[in-house]
Parts: sequence; C-alpha cells; structure tokens
Amino acid sequence: MCGIVGLFLKDKTLEPKLGAMLSEMLVSLSDRGPDSAGIAIYGAATGNEAKITVQSPRPDRDFRGLDAELAKAIGAPVSVAVKSTHAVIRTTPDRVDVAREALQTLRPDIRIMGAGEAVEIYKEVGLPEAVVDRFDVRSMTGTHGIGHTRMATESAVTTMGAHPFSTGADQCLVHNGSLSNHNNVRRELVRDGMKFETENDTEVAAAYLSNRMAHGKNLGEALEGTLSDLDGFFTFVVGTKNGFGVVRDPIACKPAVMAETDQYVAFGSEYRALTKLPGIDNARVWEPEPATVYFWEH
Amino acid sequence: MPANTMSKAERDQGHARVFDLSQHSLRELNQALHKLTPGSNETAWEVLHPKGSHSVAVGVDQPVTIDVRGSVGYYCAGMNDGATITVHGSAGPGVGENMMSGSIVIKGDASQYAGATGRGGLLVIEGNASSRCGISMKGIDIVVHGNIGHMSAFMAQSGNLVVLGDAGDALGDSIYEARLFVRGKVESLGADCIAKEMRAEHLELVQGLLDKAGVTGVKASEFKRYGSARKLYNFNIDNADAY
Repeated sequence: MCGIVGLFLKDKTLEPKLGAMLSEMLVSLSDRGPDSAGIAIYGAATGNEAKITVQSPRPDRDFRGLDAELAKAIGAPVSVAVKSTHAVIRTTPDRVDVAREALQTLRPDIRIMGAGEAVEIYKEVGLPEAVVDRFDVRSMTGTHGIGHTRMATESAVTTMGAHPFSTGADQCLVHNGSLSNHNNVRRELVRDGMKFETENDTEVAAAYLSNRMAHGKNLGEALEGTLSDLDGFFTFVVGTKNGFGVVRDPIACKPAVMAETDQYVAFGSEYRALTKLPGIDNARVWEPEPATVYFWEH
Repeated sequence: MPANTMSKAERDQGHARVFDLSQHSLRELNQALHKLTPGSNETAWEVLHPKGSHSVAVGVDQPVTIDVRGSVGYYCAGMNDGATITVHGSAGPGVGENMMSGSIVIKGDASQYAGATGRGGLLVIEGNASSRCGISMKGIDIVVHGNIGHMSAFMAQSGNLVVLGDAGDALGDSIYEARLFVRGKVESLGADCIAKEMRAEHLELVQGLLDKAGVTGVKASEFKRYGSARKLYNFNIDNADAY
C-alpha cells in the first residue's frame, strides 16, 4: 500500500509551518504503511552552504568529534547538527563530494541519506508519528517537502529501504507502487555511472530521474520519461531544489489526490491527508490524471 | 447513539439524527445505522465532519435518508440496500461498491471504481468520475454529469451507465450486456465494445434515468449508445482449435 504526501508552498508566511503541516499530513496516513517513514524538507538555499544528511546505527560513537575530523580531512569549515540517529553536516558547496568520500573512511558505518543546498532527509523504521517526533520535524521550516509511510513489498524493512530516496543533489522521490523492470533499469543506470545503495525498486526510479536530469532534462521531461521507461505501478512525488512534481502510471490504480490554493499545492494518497490544510474547503481538489506530468517550480 | 452522547449542536439540528464524526467514531455511526429495523422512526440522518473517512455508511439496509456533509474516503455507501445517501462533497475510491438498491448522490467528484459490481439502485455523480467507473456492474444504474476515466464499464454485465461528458480509454472492454450511453466523445472503445443504434426504447430509458438523476436541459437524443458486439463472450465454433 504505502502513503505519500507532498506540500509546495506559494505563500512565504506558511514557511515556518511547513514541518508541522507535512507531519500532520503524513501521520494521518499511518494506516497505509506501518513499517517505516521518512520526510524530505527543502529550506531556502543560500548558495554558500551545502548540507549532507547522514544516518548512523551508533550516533553516540559516530557523531562525536566528527566536525573537527571532517574539517581537517577536507580542508574546509564543517558543522554537525545531530538529530537522533541522523546528523546534518554543513560545509561549503564545492567540498561536498570530497566530504562524502572522507566520511567513508572516517566513519564507515555512516549512511548518506542525501545532500544538496536545500534538502534535509530523515527516515527511520517505525510509525510516522514516532519518526516525526524523533527528528522534531514539526519545528522545521522550509519551502516544500515530501513524505512517505511504507508498507514494504520489494525489499527489506530497513532505514535504507525507507523513502524518500535521494540519488542526486537536492533530488528525492517517494513512491507508492512497485516496479517490475527495476533490475534491468538499474543495470543500465550503473553502466551510465549511477551508484546504488540498496536493492530497492524505488531507488531505481530516483536514480532514473537524477540520471535524466544530469543529461540535461528538466524535472518535467524526466518525469515524462518514466512513463515509457519504467514498468509497474507507480505514483511518484518528487522534490528538487526549487520544484515539486507528480506523475502516475497509465493504469493509475495507486490513489492520488491534489489540492491547490493561492497558498500551496498539496498532494496526498488520500483526501484524509489534506483535511487539516488551511482553506482546504475552498481549495481546487482533483485527482491527477493517469500518465500526466504535473510540476511546479519556485 | 444514546441521547446523552449528543452535543447541544447535534440536538439543535431538528428532526434529523446528527452524527458528528469529529466527536464519535465511524464504528459508532455504522453500528447505529446497522441497528435500524423496518419501520424505525429514525428516517433522516446527517453525518458531519467526515474528513475523508473510509467506509462511511456502508451496509445500510433500511430506507433512510443520510446526508454526509463533506468529502469521504474509500468505500462510502458500499452495499447500500435501500437508503438514499447524499455526499455533499467528493468521494474516494469504490463509492457505492456492490449497491443492491436505493440511491447514492455524490455532489462532487468520485475516484476510481465508482459503483463497482453494483447490482441495483441508482448512483449519481454530479462531478467527474475517474477510472474504472461501473467496473463489473451487474444491474446498477449510474449517471455521471461530468466525465469518466479509462477502463470504465470493464466487464460490465448489466445495468445502465449514462455519461453527460466524455469517456476515457477502453470504454466497455470485454463488456457483457450492460448498456452505455455517452453524450461527449469516447477516447477509445475496449475489446468487443461497439457503437450501437439509439432506438426508441433507449431514448426512453435514458430520458427516464436523466429525470431520476435530476438532470435538466439535456436531451436523450444527444447520447450515443455503446454495448457488446457479443463476439468475445459467446463461444464461436470456428475458434474451437484455439482451446
């Protein structure tokens, strides 16, 4: 099953409430997936700072002293903000790739959830309520975000198997459905230089989009490509540094509802997820068409 | 629901028995509806704040009137047998699934497989219906004021589907004996579904359904009829070698 949500703010005055609104939406869909949950939140990019969100099975051991060790290894200032099993590492944008490599040596057990100038990604095994509380998502501000609550079908229930999946800078994706040609697509993407962390089908969809965008496509064009190149059931909600997109496969058996007002564009697997949004009673509410790409950019 | 669990606002609503889903559970509502017996005086019900809840007013088998004020989630009014249920909002997947008799009116849109497997009664969708509307219908009448999505009336066995707007891809795929009437354009017809002549009896049938659904200003003659070519589900002796 799985439940997915997305929220793209148009009204800046709502930005301090993004985390709270997105959390509420995700928690309302808890019974669509009790295995694990995750959320990606995009804050405003400043252009002179990059963030790497990492996770550790032993945060007390791995995050202690990491700022100084990493700063020394990459020769740039580093700050580390710990949130439960995750930490957000901040450094200069040009040192991100070097920092990712250095982390593999300095802290081999650390897993990278995602990186970019705007995105922070938090995901863990457990119910949405527990995950949202653990990372204090409700207090987070931002411009847009996506979330997922998982009922696993294609791969194991682990932190790394939880959504969102991020395979490129400031890019991430949540998925309701299952892909049947993911092994083949993964092989093709690996040949083109993409790297994978899991055996999960959704990671392939995320990497497919990252790969297309790396080849110069915009988000809308990359989403359009999923309709011909990915086989299976899917409703995808994706985030980029300044954008938010939705696409459903042509059969469209995975549910989807969208709402738009002057203040926001919202996505939910079900209408239940949207009922607490401001002005929802007067919002334009519709079901996204099958095989049709929707995307918004700031 | 015992009287002492009702709020003042609920009691003030007049003769209708008001059930506020922000204060009471869905199970309380459905159990109260299932306890109704023939001849009950509680013939009018109002449901407040459904907020996308699943399975609102499923399995009602008495001729009561239920007004749901807001949008509902999956399976609203499923298995309805005789009640008149109005959703003053939109409905999620599977509204009116397997209806036996009575009527259901959706003031907004309906999601996928509205009226699936319905055996009787009337389902009216005043907005649009999405994919698989009337899938495997078995006697239900469905009137959609707007459009319907792809694969509607898939394997439809009997009953009537009247669409004032357009129909999506593969209308009536593998259809049996249901009758489909579409006023707008049909994106494509499914396997073994063909356009058929609108005869006098069909004009009368469509007019009757438009009247029952409260549609005005639309003439039965504006619709085209679609139905089974009867080549798929009838055994053809020339194909015996294929088995």
